[in-house]
Amino acid sequence: MSGPNSSYDPVEVTPLRADQVEEMREQAFAAIAAAGDLAELKQVRLDHAGDRSPLALANREIGALPPQARKEAGQRVGQARGAVQQAIAARQAELEVQAEERMLVDETVDVTLPTSRRPAGSRHPLTTLAEDIADVFVALGWEVAEGPVVEAEWLNFDALNLGPDHPARTMQDTIWAEPAENHVVLRTHTSPVQARTMLTRTPPIHVVCPGRVYRTDPYDATHSPMFHQVEGLVVDEGITMAHLKGTLDHFAAAMFGDGITTRFRPSYFPFTEPSAEVDLICWICRGVNSEDCRTCRGEGWVEWGGCGVVNPRVLTACGVDTDRYTGFAFGMGIDRTLMMRYAVSDLRDLFEGDVRFSSAFGTEL
Amino acid sequence: MRAAVSWIRAVVPALPADVTTEQLADRLTALGLKQEAIERPGHDVTGPLVVGRVLSFEDEPQKNGKTIRWCSVDVGSANGTGEPQGIVCGAHNFVVGDLVPVILPGGVLPGDFEISARKTYGHVSAGMICSARELGLGDDHDGIIVLPADAGEPGDDVFDVLPLRDEVIEFEINPDRAYALSLRGVGREAALAYGVDFDDPADRPVPASDQAAYDVVVEDPVGCPVFTGRSVTGFDPSAPTPDWMARRIQLAGMRPISLAVDVTNYVMLELGQPIHGFDRDKLAGPIVVRRARAGEKLRTLDGADRTLSEEDLLITDDSGPIGLAGVMGGETTELSDTTTNIFIEAAHWDPVAIFRTERRHKLPSEASKRFERGTDPTIPLVAADRVAELLTTYGGGIVDDGVTYVGAPPAIASITVDAGLPARVSGMDIPASVTVANLRAVGCTVVESGSTLTVTPPPWRGDLTDPFDLVEEVARIVGYSDVPSVLPPAAHGRGLTRSQRLRRRVGRTLAGEGYVEVVSFPFIGTRDLDALGLDASDPRRTLLRLANPLSSEEPAMTTTLLPGLLKTVARNAGRGALDVALFETATVTLPRASGPAPIFGVDHRPSDAQLDELDKALPGQPLHLGLAVSGERERAGWWGPGRPGTWADALDGVRRVAESVGVEVTVRATAHAPWHPGRCAEIAVGDAVLGHAGELHPRVCAAYGIPARTAAAEIDLSRLLEHASSMVEAPEYSSFPVAKEDVALVVDDTVTAADVEAALRAGAGEYLESVRLFDVYTGPQVGEGKKSLAFALRFRAPDRTLTESEAGAFRDAAVASAAERCGAVQR
Repeated sequence: MSGPNSSYDPVEVTPLRADQVEEMREQAFAAIAAAGDLAELKQVRLDHAGDRSPLALANREIGALPPQARKEAGQRVGQARGAVQQAIAARQAELEVQAEERMLVDETVDVTLPTSRRPAGSRHPLTTLAEDIADVFVALGWEVAEGPVVEAEWLNFDALNLGPDHPARTMQDTIWAEPAENHVVLRTHTSPVQARTMLTRTPPIHVVCPGRVYRTDPYDATHSPMFHQVEGLVVDEGITMAHLKGTLDHFAAAMFGDGITTRFRPSYFPFTEPSAEVDLICWICRGVNSEDCRTCRGEGWVEWGGCGVVNPRVLTACGVDTDRYTGFAFGMGIDRTLMMRYAVSDLRDLFEGDVRFSSAFGTEL
Repeated sequence: MRAAVSWIRAVVPALPADVTTEQLADRLTALGLKQEAIERPGHDVTGPLVVGRVLSFEDEPQKNGKTIRWCSVDVGSANGTGEPQGIVCGAHNFVVGDLVPVILPGGVLPGDFEISARKTYGHVSAGMICSARELGLGDDHDGIIVLPADAGEPGDDVFDVLPLRDEVIEFEINPDRAYALSLRGVGREAALAYGVDFDDPADRPVPASDQAAYDVVVEDPVGCPVFTGRSVTGFDPSAPTPDWMARRIQLAGMRPISLAVDVTNYVMLELGQPIHGFDRDKLAGPIVVRRARAGEKLRTLDGADRTLSEEDLLITDDSGPIGLAGVMGGETTELSDTTTNIFIEAAHWDPVAIFRTERRHKLPSEASKRFERGTDPTIPLVAADRVAELLTTYGGGIVDDGVTYVGAPPAIASITVDAGLPARVSGMDIPASVTVANLRAVGCTVVESGSTLTVTPPPWRGDLTDPFDLVEEVARIVGYSDVPSVLPPAAHGRGLTRSQRLRRRVGRTLAGEGYVEVVSFPFIGTRDLDALGLDASDPRRTLLRLANPLSSEEPAMTTTLLPGLLKTVARNAGRGALDVALFETATVTLPRASGPAPIFGVDHRPSDAQLDELDKALPGQPLHLGLAVSGERERAGWWGPGRPGTWADALDGVRRVAESVGVEVTVRATAHAPWHPGRCAEIAVGDAVLGHAGELHPRVCAAYGIPARTAAAEIDLSRLLEHASSMVEAPEYSSFPVAKEDVALVVDDTVTAADVEAALRAGAGEYLESVRLFDVYTGPQVGEGKKSLAFALRFRAPDRTLTESEAGAFRDAAVASAAERCGAVQR
C-alpha cells in the first residue's frame, strides 16, 4: 500500500466513482466467467485481482481522499475487490472440478483387459478332500492320526487278526519290500494306523486316519496300485454298532448333504466282528425313482466302505482291556469318494498330474 | 457262487411261491450273502419254439462242400396249418422219427436273433432245428438237440420240455461263510430269511461196512482228518448227463463235461464238499495220504507238470503222487471216456495246508476255494455216497458194499457267551430269547444256564469261534437295518496338531503362489536316477526295493520327488501346457541298515522296547516337498512380455514356504545334482541342510524331455516343520522417523550377495532396521570380474530421531565392515 498522496487532487480521482468501481467489477466478473480453464483464470486473477489490476490501482487512490470520502470509497472498492476474489475462487473450484473430470475421462482404460499375469495355483482335490473329511471329525472332537506307509507286516496284518495263513490276505494282494523275509510291506490299508494308535494311547480313543495305501492292483480307469483311504476308530466304554451307525450317518450327511444316510449289510473283515458294508443313499436320485439313475445304476444305494465292531482279538494284540472297552472302526476310499462326489470317470486323472485337473478344484473344495 | 433260483427252490420247497428273485436276493444280501448280479438265462428266447418230429429228410450235397438236410418236420398245429414244416438243417445227428426242438418264424433266439422263413440252399426254410448253443443251453454245437422219445407230442411248447428259462443269483461270498458256497448253505439262508423249514440235503443216512471201498492209509492226520470213499463198478462212461443236472451245473458257472465228472461237481455244488473221482483200474496199490517228498513231481489234470514242495499234501499210490490233495487231481488216474470202475474220494483237508498249496502253485480251483475256507468235516461220506447214488442212477453199474472211512471229524469247541452280549455290542434291543433262537436258527446247539449260554456251533460253521462271532450271527438275523443311529459320547480332542496345520498352510501358500499340486506314484527305477545325473555314491541311489514291483522298470520306492515331478512336467508339456509350476508333498523312502521287522504274537501287547525295535526296522520316511517351474512364470500380455521362470522362482517358492511356517532359512551356493552347478542353492536352517533349489542341469532337462531351464527345488519338509517355532516374541517398535541410506558396493564376481549383506549387518550397529538388496550391476563402469550391489539401509532409534550425521556414521561403519570382510569398495 502506498503512502498518503499529499498533492492529491480529489476532483481528479475519477476511478473511485461508484459507477466506475461498478464497471471495474463487472469487467472482472465478465473475465472470470470467460476463463475457460485454470490457466486463463490465472491470467484473469492477475488482470483483475493482481497488484496492477484496476481495482488495486483504485484502492491506492483512496488514501488521497478527504477523510469523509475515504471511508465511503474504501468500502466501495473493498467490497468490489472481495466480490472479485470470491468469484475467482468459485470459478477456480468450478474449473478444478471440470479439469478433474476431464482428466478422469482421459484416463479411462478398458477394464475388460486380462489382468492375470500369473496363472492361479491349486491344491490337489485328494488333499483338500482328505482335509474336509478330517475336519468333519475334528469338529466332533476327534484327532487325526498318522502312520508310515512302508509298514511292518505285523502291524499291517497280524495285529489286525490277519494271521499268516488267513485267507483274507488273498483279498488284498500286497506289495512287499525286498526281501520279503524282512516282513516289511507297503501298507494295504490305513488300519495299521489304528493299531499304532491303540498301542500308544489309552482309551477313550477317537481318531480318523487318512492316508495313502498300496495294492498290486492294475492301473486302469477304476483301479490303481496307489490309492487313499480314511479310517475312523473309536474305543471307549460302552461303544456299540449304534454309535458306528450314528457316526457314519453324520459323516455321510457332511460329505453328501443333509438327508443322505447309510445302510449296513453284513460283511467280513478280520479286524471287525460284527462287520458290515456301508452303503449310502444315492445322493443323486435319493433312492426315489432310481431306475434311470446312472450314479447308483438303479439300486438307490451306492457302496461306500466297510466297518464294524473292533474284533476283540485286535484289541488284545494292541493291549486294550477287552473286558472294559469296545470299539468301532470304519474305512472308505478317499479316491472313490472324490470320484463319486465330483463325477470323475477315470481314476487315472487323479495321478496324471495334468494341471487342468487340479486347477478345476482350486485351493479349497 | 452262482445258484439257479429253481435249484434253491428245490432245496427249500417251503419257500413261498410269490417271493420274487429280487426279493430273495435282497433278503439274502441283508443276511450277508451279497447279491452281485441277477441273470435271467433263456428269457431272451421267445417262441414259437415247439417239439417237432422229423418225418423225412433228404441229404443234399452243396457246392461249398457241405451237405445240408432238407427236412419235413411235424410241428403239430403250431404252424397254424397242421401241415409238415419244411426246414433246412446243417446237422446230421438225428434220424427219422426223432423229436427235435424247432423254432418257427416269428421266434427269437438269444442275441435277438429273429427267425423268419427264408430262402436258402434252394429251399424256403420255415424255421430252424436248434442246437444247445443256439438255445443258450451250453457250448454244444456239434449237432442239434435230440429230445427224449417221451419228451412230448409235436407242437408242444419246448419251454415245458427243456430247462431253458431260469433265474440265477450270483453271490459274493465272504471268506467266513464257506458254507454258502453250496446250495445247502444258500438254501439254509433262504429258509432263515423267510422263516420256513429247511431239510438239510446232507442229512442222509450213511452206510457202514467193515470192508473198505478202497484201501487208504492216512499218514498225516493233521492235514487230512477225514478221508472217505465209495466205489462204483460197471459204470457206463457213455451215459449222458441228464439235462436238468447239466443245466444246473452250467448255470452255476461250470462246464458240463461227462456224467462222472458232472456228478462230482454237482454234489460239490449241492453240499459244498469237493469230491474227486479216480479211475479205479488205474490205481496201483493202496492210496496213501502224505506230504510230498523233495523233488517229487505231478502232472495235474490241467496238463501242467508241477514240482512239489515238502509242504504239499498229496494223494499217492504205489506209482507215486496221483493228486494234489484238495486242489487238483493228477492226470494218470483221471476219469476218462472209458472209465467203468470209479473210486469216489471225499475228504476233509486242513484249510491252511490247502491255502498254502494253492498259493504256491497258483492253482485256485473250485475245490481249493472251499477247502481253504473250511468245509463241513462231518459230511465227506455223505457226499461220496450221494455221488455213488447219482452215478449208478444215471450211468448204471452198482455201488460196492465197502465203505472207506479213515479218521474222525475234529471236535468242535463250544463258546461261552453272555446272553446280553449281542444287545450290548449291537446297540439293538435284543432279548436273550431272541439271541438263543437266532443261534439255534443258524445251527448252533445252545445250553442256557442263567444268562450264560454255552454255544456249540454246527460243523459247517468253522468260522464261529469267538463270542463276537455269535454277536454277528444274532445281529444279522435281527437285521442290521434295525441298528439305531446314535452319535457316540463326546470326544475331547485338541484339534489338528501343529504339524498338520502347518502342512495345510504350506499347500495353501504354494497354491497362492501359483503352484498346482500333483500326486505321483512313488515307484522308481535306476534309469530315473541316472537321468537326474546322480553319481554312483549319491545316497539317493540307496533304494528300498520291492519284492513284487508292478513294473520291472520301477522296482523300488523313490528317495526323491523330482523324477515324479519332472515326468509330470513332461506330460503336461506333451499336452501343450508349457508354462507350469507344480508342487508335490509326499514321503520318500530312505532305507537304513536294519534287521527284519519282528513278528510278535497277538495274544498280548508287545512291549515298548519291542515296538521300538519294530519301528527301527522300517525305513526312514520323511515328508518331502518338491517344486518344479517350467516355461513362463508370468505370462506375456498387453502389459508387456512374459517373465520366464528361473532358478530364483524355485528358490523363492521354498522361501515362501519357510516364511509361511515361520522358519528363517539361509541360502548358500553349492553344486548338487540334478541342478545346474552354477545355479544351485543349498537351503539350510542353521547348520542343517534341508534341501536344494535352482535351475536344473541342461542334461537333466534333456533326459526328462522337459523344457530347457526348468527350475526345481526339493526340501525335507518334516525337518523344516520341526524348526517352526510356535512361540513368537512380540516386537517392540519405534515410532521415531526412519533414516534411509543407500550404498552401492563393488565386489568381486565370486562374492555372494548374502555374504555382503551379512557384512553390512555386522557393521551397521544396533539401530539398523533392515537391509535390502535393490540392484545388481555388472558392466564396464565397474570393470571386468566385478559387480556392483546396491543396498538400501534403514536406521531407526527407539528413543529419538537420528541425525543425518549419526545415520551417515552407521552407514560408513557398515561399508567398512563390507570392505573388510568382502573387499567391497563403495562407488
